[in-house]
Amino acid sequence: MDPECSQLLPALCAVLADPRQPMADDTCLEKLLDWFKTITEAGSSLLLLQENPCLVELLCHMLKPQDLSSRVLSFSLRLTGVFAAQEDCFQYLQQGELLPRLFGEAGPLGGAAWTAPTVRSGWIQGLRSLARHPSALHFLADCGAVDTIFSLQGDSSLFVASAAGQLLVHILGLSMQGPADGPPSLQAGDWPACAKKIVGHIEESLRSTATPQITQALNVLTTTFGHCHDPWTRVLWVRLSPLVAGLLEKDPVPAAHSLVDLLLSVARSPGLSSSSCGLWETLAQTLSRLSPTQAGPLALGILKLQDCPQALRAQAFAVLLQPLACVLKATAQAPGASGVLDGTVGDFATVDTLLPSKAACVGLLCRTLAHLELLLPLPQRPCPWPQAPLLGAAVTLLQLCQGSASPTSDTGHHLCALLLGCVRVQRAALDFLGTLSQGTGPPELVTEVFAVLLEYLRSPDSSPTVLKKAFQATFRWLLSSPKTPGCWDLDPQALLFLRELLPVLQKRLCSPCWEVRDSGLEFLTQMTGRWGGQAGFRHALLASEVPKLTEQLLRDPESYVRASAVAATGQLSSQGLCISPASPEHPGGQQSPLSELLHILSTDSEGFPRRAAMHVFTQWLRDSHADVVGDTEEFVAGVLQVASQDLDWEVRAQGLELALVFLEQTLGQPGSPCPYAVTPPVVAPACPLAQALQPLCRVRLFEFAFRALFDCDRPVAQKSCDLLLFLRAKMASSSSPQEARSSPDVASVEAALQRWQAGDQAQPLGDLEPEVVLAVLKSMDLEGLRGALAESSDHVEKSPQSLLQDMLATVGILGENEADCY
Amino acid sequence: LKLCKYCLSGHPTLPCNVLKFKSTTIMLDCGLDMTSTLNFLPLPLVQRYELKECSGHVFVDSVPEFCLPETELIDLSTVDVILISNYHCMMALPYITEHTGFTGTVYATEPTVQIGRLLMEELVNFIERVPKAQSASLWKNKDIQRLLPSPLKDAVEVSTWRRCYTMQEVNSALSKIQLVGYSQKIELFGAVQVTPLSSGYALGSSNWIIQSHYEKVSYVSGSSLLTTHPQPMDQASLKNSDVLILTGLTQIPTANPDGMVGEFCSNLALTVRNGGNVLVPCYPSGVIYDLLECLYQYIDSAGLSNIPFYFISPVANSSLEFSQIFAEWLCHNKQTKVYLPEPPFPHAELIQTNKLKHYPSLHGDFSSDFRQPCVVFTGHPSLRFGDVVHFMELWGKSSLNTVIFTEPDFSYLEALAPYQPLAMKCIYCPIDTRLNFIQVSKLLKEVQPLHVVCPEQYTQPPPAQSHRMDLMVDCRGPRSSPCLSSVSPTETPVCFQLADALVPMEIKPGISLATVSAVLHTKDNKHVLQPPPRPAQPTGGKKRKRASDDIPDCKVLKPLLSGSIPVEQFVQTLEKHGFSDIKVEDTAKGHIVLLQEAETLIQIEEDSTHIICDNDEMLRVRLRDLVLKFLQKF
Repeated sequence: MDPECSQLLPALCAVLADPRQPMADDTCLEKLLDWFKTITEAGSSLLLLQENPCLVELLCHMLKPQDLSSRVLSFSLRLTGVFAAQEDCFQYLQQGELLPRLFGEAGPLGGAAWTAPTVRSGWIQGLRSLARHPSALHFLADCGAVDTIFSLQGDSSLFVASAAGQLLVHILGLSMQGPADGPPSLQAGDWPACAKKIVGHIEESLRSTATPQITQALNVLTTTFGHCHDPWTRVLWVRLSPLVAGLLEKDPVPAAHSLVDLLLSVARSPGLSSSSCGLWETLAQTLSRLSPTQAGPLALGILKLQDCPQALRAQAFAVLLQPLACVLKATAQAPGASGVLDGTVGDFATVDTLLPSKAACVGLLCRTLAHLELLLPLPQRPCPWPQAPLLGAAVTLLQLCQGSASPTSDTGHHLCALLLGCVRVQRAALDFLGTLSQGTGPPELVTEVFAVLLEYLRSPDSSPTVLKKAFQATFRWLLSSPKTPGCWDLDPQALLFLRELLPVLQKRLCSPCWEVRDSGLEFLTQMTGRWGGQAGFRHALLASEVPKLTEQLLRDPESYVRASAVAATGQLSSQGLCISPASPEHPGGQQSPLSELLHILSTDSEGFPRRAAMHVFTQWLRDSHADVVGDTEEFVAGVLQVASQDLDWEVRAQGLELALVFLEQTLGQPGSPCPYAVTPPVVAPACPLAQALQPLCRVRLFEFAFRALFDCDRPVAQKSCDLLLFLRAKMASSSSPQEARSSPDVASVEAALQRWQAGDQAQPLGDLEPEVVLAVLKSMDLEGLRGALAESSDHVEKSPQSLLQDMLATVGILGENEADCY
Repeated sequence: LKLCKYCLSGHPTLPCNVLKFKSTTIMLDCGLDMTSTLNFLPLPLVQRYELKECSGHVFVDSVPEFCLPETELIDLSTVDVILISNYHCMMALPYITEHTGFTGTVYATEPTVQIGRLLMEELVNFIERVPKAQSASLWKNKDIQRLLPSPLKDAVEVSTWRRCYTMQEVNSALSKIQLVGYSQKIELFGAVQVTPLSSGYALGSSNWIIQSHYEKVSYVSGSSLLTTHPQPMDQASLKNSDVLILTGLTQIPTANPDGMVGEFCSNLALTVRNGGNVLVPCYPSGVIYDLLECLYQYIDSAGLSNIPFYFISPVANSSLEFSQIFAEWLCHNKQTKVYLPEPPFPHAELIQTNKLKHYPSLHGDFSSDFRQPCVVFTGHPSLRFGDVVHFMELWGKSSLNTVIFTEPDFSYLEALAPYQPLAMKCIYCPIDTRLNFIQVSKLLKEVQPLHVVCPEQYTQPPPAQSHRMDLMVDCRGPRSSPCLSSVSPTETPVCFQLADALVPMEIKPGISLATVSAVLHTKDNKHVLQPPPRPAQPTGGKKRKRASDDIPDCKVLKPLLSGSIPVEQFVQTLEKHGFSDIKVEDTAKGHIVLLQEAETLIQIEEDSTHIICDNDEMLRVRLRDLVLKFLQKF
C-alpha cells in the first residue's frame, strides 16, 4: 500500500466506525473491498494488518453493541473474510478471538442486525472468502456455522439463499480435497466430518416431502457436479442417485426444473457420464415421467450431449417433437413418413398441456420451436432429421394462427381458437421456418411454405414484428431455393413467387406504420444485394413500382425509414436499378441518387439517415460506383466537407472510414489482404510519396483528419489517429527525401494544430502542401496521443487514493451541511 | 319473466325485433335491408327491358326496391313504442310509421335523428333525381321468377319489396320521434321504464335497458369497444340483466379494423403515387369521420399533401358540420378539444387548408374544381345509385384507378357485378367497428346476464368458415345458468297433435312423407302444431285484425310431386304415344329429351322438369300428363 493511502486509512476507518456518519453511497464500499482484495492477492494480509492497526480496530469495533449501519457491518464481515483467506492471517485473527465473535453466535448472527439481508449476505461472503484452508474447516465445524448455512438456504432473500447454497458446495469441495488418499468409500464413516454433515443434510432433504427443501438439495448437487469433476463426485452420485430416482416415484414429480438441471449437470460431468451408474436409465425414466413442458429442456439437453445411447436420444427427440406431432394430428395431416412425428407416442399428456389455456399452449409451442431451432445447426442433431414433417408443422402452426387452417378434429378447432392471432407463436414459427430453409423439402411443401409466407406478408392483420420475421424467413427461403447449375439467378418458381411478392412489397412500402415501411426496405436491400445483378430479378423489379417508391421514401417523415431508404437506394443504384434521372417520363424532374444522398447528408435533421448515407458513399467508393468513378476527387472532397461539419460523431467516424478507403486506393493497400483477392486498380506508389499525396491534399483529407484528431468524441479521434499512423508508416517505408522540416509553413500549421487541440478550431489550415503534411506528421507524437486516447476517460480518477479521498470528502461535506443547518 | 319476442328481420345487423313485455309492445330498431338493391341495375344506365344481362348476371332494370321488415307476423298498429339504437337501424322507419296504422312514439337520441335524417335525405335524393318511367313488376310473378337465374330466383318475398319512400314520408316519420339523452329514464304507461345507454358505435348510438320493478331486459345492438370518435360504451349499466338481447355484431369478424385502416391507407397511397384516382363508396356519416382523421395524420407522412380529397353527397356539408357540434356525444378526447376551443374532428382543418373539399353533387362547382389524381368519397356503397355510379363509369376502364370498399353492408363482388368487365383495381377493406365474438364473450363474462337471446346466425360459425369455432357466440362460460336461445323467422314444430289425420306415404324405404295444414302455436319456447280452425264465413270487408285473432288463410294446396323420371321408360312411353325421332342428350344436371319432329324439348333435371315447345299448349299438356305418370303425388 502506498504511503498516501496508509495516511488516509485511519481517518476512513474512523468514519466507517462512526454510526453518525453514514456512507451515502455503498458502491464506494464495494470499490474499497475490491482494492483490499487486490492488495491481499499481491501480498501478505498479516503484514497489512500489522502495518495498519486501524483495520483491526475497525473490525473489533464491529463487536460493540451499537447502531452501526448494516452496510458497514456487511462490509466488515466481507473484509474479515478477505483477510482470513490467508492461513497465517487467519491464525492472527483467531488469536484475538475476532473470528468466532464476528461469525459465531455472539456476533451479528444473534443480534438485531441479522434481520438485514445485506448483513446475512456479508456473513456468507465473508465465510466463503475465508474457507480456503483446513484451519477454516475446523473453525466452521466448531462455531456451528454449517447449521446456520443450512437454514439460510431457505432465506427470504433469493441472493442470500443462492449464496448459502454455493457456500455449501464450496465447503463440501474443500473438505473432500483434504483426504488425499483416493476417493472415499460409499460408507459415510470415513468421510470428513464437514462433508458427512453436508451430505447427510442433502440426503435428509431429498427424503423430505417439502418441495423447497428438495429444490435446495438438488440445486446444491447441480452446482457441485457442474463445478467439480474430482473422483469423489462419482462416489457422491452413486450414493445419492437412488434418492434422486426416488423423487420420480412421487406424483407429481417435485422440483422438476431443478431435477432436470441436476440430471443434465451429471450427464455433462466427464467423470460421471461415461460410467455405468444408472444415469441413462434415470434420464429415460425422467423423460417419461415429466410433463411435456418440464421434459422439453431435458430432452434438448440430452440431444446436445456428445455421447449418449441412441435409444435415449430417440426418446428425447420424440418428447421434443410431441407438441408439434399433436398439432399435425389435430389438423389431420397424414402421419409423417419419418414415424417420429406421427403422434403415436402417448401424446395424451401433450394434448392435456396444450389445450387447457392459451398461455400454456403458447408457452409450450414457443419453447418447442425454440428448442428445435437451437438443435438444428448442431452437428449432433438427430439424424435422420424429420425435415418434411417439421416444415409441415411450422406451416400448419402459421395457418392456425392466421385462421386459414382447416382442422377436422375438435382438438384442431380448439387449437385454432387458442392460437388465432397469437403474435408470439407467429414470430417463433416464422423464425423456425426460416431456420428450416437450410434443408430442403418436398416441392409441394416448399410451395406451401411460400404460400403461407405470402399470406403473412399480405395479411392486413400481421403485426409489424411478425411482418419483419416474415420478410426475413422469405429471404432465407429464396436464398435456399434450388438453383440452376452455373446460374445465380432465381429459379423459375421463385421468380413466379417474386412477381406475386413485389405488389405486396409495394403496398407495404406505403404502410402507415413506419416499422413496416422500414422492414420492407431492409428486405429490398437484402434482395437487391443478393440478386441485383440477375436478369430475372432485375426485370421483375424494374417492372414494378418498387424503385420509384424507394426514391419517394427518401423523404419519409420517420428517420429510421429514411435511413433504410438511403441504404436501399445505395444498393439499387450500385446495381443500376435506380430510375434513370434522364428517363423521358421524368424530364429533369429527378435528381441522381448521388445528389439526393448528398442532400440528405447535408440537410437531414436526424443522425440515422446521414450515417446511412455515409455508409453508402463508402461502399460506392469501395465498389467504384459509376457516379463516383467519374470524378472521384470531387466526390470525396464534397462528402468530407459535409461530414466534417456533422454534429453526429458516427458520421464523422464514417467520414474517416471513407477517407481511409480513398487513401488505400491512392497509396495501395494497408498490410496484405487476402492473397487471392482481385487487386483493385491501385496507383502503385512508383512516384515520390509527396506526389502521391497531392490528390489527398486536393480533397482536403488532411484538414479533415487533423480536425478529427482533436475531436471531442474519443472514437473519432482514435480512428483519425490510426489513419494518420497508417500514413506515417507508408511514409517511412517510402523514405522520401523531400521534406520541408523547418519551413515557415510547417511552423504555422503546427501552431494552428496546437490551437485546435486547445479547443479553438475556428481558423482553417488553408491549402496544405504534401511536404508540409509529411513534416507535420513526423513531428507529431501520434503514438502518445493514441496511448492517451486508449485510456478510459476516468483513468485519472480511478486510483485508490482518490477513492479514499472521495469517501472522506463526502462525509466531510455531509458534516458541513449539518453545521449549516444548525 | 314473461317475455315474447318476434324477429321481423333476418338480417342480424339491420335488426327489427318486437318485444312484448309487461303488456307493452316495443319495437327494437327498424333496419332496412338494402341488399335487395343489388339485384337492380345502377340507376343512370340506359333502360330498355325489365331484365338485363351483364357479364353473366341478370339484373332488374328498374328503380331499386328495398326489403322491408316482416309486416305480416304481427300487427304493426299495435306497436306502442319504437326504440332506435343507431342511425343505420332506422332506415325502415317511414315504412312502419306511415302505412301501418302506427300511432305510437319513437325514441332516439338527437344525433341519431339528425344523422338518420341525413342518410334518408341522401337516399331519397339519389333515387328521385334520376326518374325512371316505371318500376318493373312482371319479374316478380312467381312463375317467372323461378325461371330466372340465381340470385334473382332465390330472392325471397320479392312481392313485399318496396320502392323508396318520399321526403314527405321521411319528415312525417321523423316528426314522431321523441329525443332522449343517455341514462334518461322514460316511463312507458307506468309498466316499464326504458333507458338509452351509450353503445360506442356511432354518434348518439345507444343500447337500451327495458325494466320493470323486478325484471331487466338489455337490448345490445351495434356496440363498439374500440376507441373511435363516439362516447365509449357503457357496460356497467348492463349488469344484472335477466335477458340480454344481442344483435348488430360485426359483419366481418375476420377483419380487424386497425389492420383494415392500414390497408386502406397503403392502397390509397400506392394508387395516388402511381397517378391513379381512388374511389371510396361510403355513407355520408360514420366511418368516414375516422377515415378522414386517419388520412389527416397520414397524408403528410405519405407525401400526399397535394392530392385533393373530395367528399360528394347531397348532405356532405351538413354531415361534416353536424359532427362538430355534437360535442357531448363524443369521446373524452374530442370533448376536451371543444373547451380549448378547437373543432373536435380534424377534418375542419383539412377543409380549411383546402385539402378536403365537399360538394352536394357532381354538377356545379365540382366540375370546375375537379383535378386528378384525387380521392373521392361518395355514395351509395351499393353502387346502385348516387354519384358513385358516375365515377365507376368514368374510372372503371383504367387499371391505374382503385375502388376501395370500406362499408361492410354489401358484398363488394355483387356490388361490382353490373360494371364488369372492369379494369380498375378493387380493394376490399371493410371497416366494421362493432363487437366481434371475442369482445362479446368478454362482455358476457363481465355483464353476466341470466339469458342471452341472439340471432341464429351468431350461434354457429359463418358457412364459409365452418372451422372457425371462434366466430360464434360462445355460450360456455362462468354464467350461472347459461342459456342461449336463438331466434329466426321460421321455427320448427316439435310436437304434433294432428297425428291421426296424417296419411304418410313411403317415398323411399324408411322415409315417409305427409302434408299437413295446421296452425303453429308458440308459447314458452314450445312449438305445437294444432288443427286449423274451420274456414270462417267471409265477414265482408277486409279489415285488419288484431294479432291474437290473426288466423292465416288455409289455401287449397296443389299436390306435391316426388320421385324421378326413368329416362329410358319415359322414351318408350313417348314412342307408344306416337312420338318418333326422339333423341336423348345427357347434361350436367340430367337429360334433355329432344322431340325433333315436334320441335319440342323436355329438360329433365333432378329437381325440375321443363317442357319447352312453341306455342302448342295442347302438346305441352299432353307431354305434362305423360311426365306426371312417372311421379308420385301426395
